[in-house]
Amino acid sequence: MANVFTNIGDWVTERAPGMMPMYRAHMTEYYAPKNFNLWYYFGSLALLVLVNQIVTGIFLTMNYNPSAAGAFDSVQYIMRDVEWGWLIRYMHSTGASLFFVVVFLHMFRGIMYGSYKRPRELVWLLGMLIFLVLMAEAFMGYVLPWGNMSFWGAKVIVSLFGTIPVIGSTLVEWIMGDFLPADATLNRFFALHVIALPIVLLLLVVLHIAALHEVGSNNPDGVEIKKGPKGNRWDALKPSDGIPFHPYYTVKDLVGVGFFLLIAAFIIFFAPTFGGWFLEHDNSIMANNLVTPAEIKPVWYFTPFYAIVRMIPSFAGTAVWGVLAMFGAIAVLFLLPWFDRGKVKSIRYRGTGYKVALGLFVLSFFGLGAVGAGITAEVIPEWFGNVDLTTYENAFGRLMTLIYFGFFAFLWAYTHFGWEKTKPVPERVTTHD
Amino acid sequence: MTKRQLLMKRYIFPVALAFSLIVGSVSANAAEGGGLLHAGTNVQDQASLQRGARLFFNYCVGCHSLKYMRYSRIAQDLGLSEQEVMQNLNFTGARFDDPVISHMPAELATKWFGKAPPDLSLEVSAKTADWVYTYLNSFYLDPHSPIGWNNTVLPNAAMPFPLWELQGLQTAQMKPAKVGEDPAVEKLVLSQPGKLTPAQFQQATRDLTNFLEYASEPAALERHHYGIWVLLFLAFFTLLAAMLKKEYWKDVH
Amino acid sequence: MANEVVDHGRRRFLTATTAVVGGIGIVSAAVPFIKSWEPSARAKAAGAPVTQSLAKIEAGQMLAVSWRSLPVFVVNRTPAQLATLPEVDSRLVDPKSNGASAGQQPKYAQNEARSIKPEWLVVVGICTHLGCVPNFVPEIKPEPFDPNWKGGFYCPCHHSRYDLAGRVFSGVPAPKNLEVPPYHFVDDTTIQIGVDPKEAG
Repeated sequence: MANVFTNIGDWVTERAPGMMPMYRAHMTEYYAPKNFNLWYYFGSLALLVLVNQIVTGIFLTMNYNPSAAGAFDSVQYIMRDVEWGWLIRYMHSTGASLFFVVVFLHMFRGIMYGSYKRPRELVWLLGMLIFLVLMAEAFMGYVLPWGNMSFWGAKVIVSLFGTIPVIGSTLVEWIMGDFLPADATLNRFFALHVIALPIVLLLLVVLHIAALHEVGSNNPDGVEIKKGPKGNRWDALKPSDGIPFHPYYTVKDLVGVGFFLLIAAFIIFFAPTFGGWFLEHDNSIMANNLVTPAEIKPVWYFTPFYAIVRMIPSFAGTAVWGVLAMFGAIAVLFLLPWFDRGKVKSIRYRGTGYKVALGLFVLSFFGLGAVGAGITAEVIPEWFGNVDLTTYENAFGRLMTLIYFGFFAFLWAYTHFGWEKTKPVPERVTTHD
Repeated sequence: MTKRQLLMKRYIFPVALAFSLIVGSVSANAAEGGGLLHAGTNVQDQASLQRGARLFFNYCVGCHSLKYMRYSRIAQDLGLSEQEVMQNLNFTGARFDDPVISHMPAELATKWFGKAPPDLSLEVSAKTADWVYTYLNSFYLDPHSPIGWNNTVLPNAAMPFPLWELQGLQTAQMKPAKVGEDPAVEKLVLSQPGKLTPAQFQQATRDLTNFLEYASEPAALERHHYGIWVLLFLAFFTLLAAMLKKEYWKDVH
Repeated sequence: MANEVVDHGRRRFLTATTAVVGGIGIVSAAVPFIKSWEPSARAKAAGAPVTQSLAKIEAGQMLAVSWRSLPVFVVNRTPAQLATLPEVDSRLVDPKSNGASAGQQPKYAQNEARSIKPEWLVVVGICTHLGCVPNFVPEIKPEPFDPNWKGGFYCPCHHSRYDLAGRVFSGVPAPKNLEVPPYHFVDDTTIQIGVDPKEAG
């Protein structure tokens, strides 16, 4: 048996001599720092969710009908008439939300440990592009079931482009191919969702990983293991603090996968709508161009960005500022490596100012999410009684917007003018167990 | 720290935290929508589903369809035979495999009620079980309404109350009227008892809500059935993976 | 520490166990995806048993009924036509339907007339060669394709021939007799296609 495998291996190696070296370079001889903690699970988990979305997505297209007349019915057909269709759909819908959970945590890890800093700026930029494409992918996927939230979500998001002066209204009609989200819109979103964007996404993921493996992984101490001493039990020339990705991190990631699947399976089998957060109540009503849902709001993962749009008032006769601010909120993330001039990577050795600022940044993200999801609209009357909701909500939301953008401004000043008092960074990575 | 404590710290605690967050957010969300009664439904309760189905097909199907629900599926999921369903539930002459379509023509309905009665296949998904249950318990006689009935959950609903024989007649006690405000209902009182006691009626509407909750997502029955085994399997796999990781990482520590 | 002796046995055992359990997981996860290709509840509903009244099919006539999107031929055979069946036995591949065609009919139709009641033939009108729909040629008279024709079915695609019991002639491309679907008599003049007599009882 083992002999057969060796023979097949030799046969392939003879014809494609580059395959084994590539496998080694990325798996058995890719040396990753040995001090990865919990936060380092989310990269491999994002990959796992991507595979899940592609496989379940392919099977959903087999029974989905991309037409305004048939889309809603075909989703119910999948849920009821197709054998196991409900499981495949719930895996896809839960996967979409968990994708953002995992990606948000993955990005936060990068910020916390300075993984975006030199020499990993390219890794960060490619990652941000993935995030951008993922948002487009998720938005278009959300439109496909053609529920009433799908319809109005599509209308509101596409209308964002309508705020652009001069070309806005023409652009909106061009995107929708009609005057309202309609058959044409659904068909092109379907094409983009199932073919175009996934291809782009896959390419970016390959580039993201390739770029990472060029420079090597960062770690919770922000220490460059390649600059440290050489020689470990596998290779005398490789970093002493590195361990081969395979088998050590493959088996470790397997544990992460196990825990993640436990959580995912719990949601899929016992709370697939997640109390209306993952699958919204109003989307159980078919798209109706005459009735807007009482609470029109985006899915939870868009809420922080959507809130920013609402918090910026129109000015000089145009509402484009809110939209610019929303895209700005993503653009500043792209530029993070250049806002942060600090030399120390990891939060473990950075100044108190940075830690406080990062805490506030996270807070503002949740705060904006609460505004966007309509949580503040419920909580404010409960806490403050009969007050003017808009005033209170805007005051809170604008403060959160200010903090969100303030983080980047502060980070630049804090590091540029040398106000940051860092702790000494150790020579070698530290392990706590 | 012992290894056990380490394991606690590194894996079990974060997962427990994540779970409590999940459960917390779910229940926090369920608590919203103030003023609704707690439906207390359980789609695993087959007897309740059967009673609810009987109520639906006696009182609701005259106007409302369940267009995504087949009679045969109801039979299979509710543990009823083809004969039982065809004789006791199917009054429209539809085939066993057909979906549940009301006999009322849409044009006529629109003429009578102003709008066609909605399909109820996804009513609980769209509105929640608590909403449906509260709605069914909140009809009252209203002389100002063109159809003679009104509802505190969905004011001016164009729907007469088909279960009045069972519940009896409720009337509204209004709040003391304030200047410049519309009159508001303070509470509903049962002014004439029906065939059922209030407790029996609540149980009946709970059964009916339960049946509609099932109709919203028949897969719920399968979900719960398979879910527990999937979790057990994954727990076992994770344990093995953790042991494997520990074994390999002896090289590293 | 790094110099610790590696317990290769334990390592191999755990690797193999995890791989096997993980493999079982992946295979089990694949099952719902494979099963999702089975006919859906809608397809099954469309393929539900079909009830057909026989009252209007006169002697010697045929009616094609659609069942599961298949054409089902229901033929009211005359005594003269039935009498031709034994005559052609010697020219057939499997006259008793117990050889190659043993699986082409339910047990209750495995007889000379291949039917429950001799006069009523119920067969799926799909040629067993490549799936064309044969023509019903009932007259007992010489035909261009067979000077000795006793009535039966003739497939225009590749000239396969069947007798009036749907039994295939030898020397034609089709290998087996026409398939008899499950059916039963609800009453004297009504049949239901798709349900065996036992199940219906």
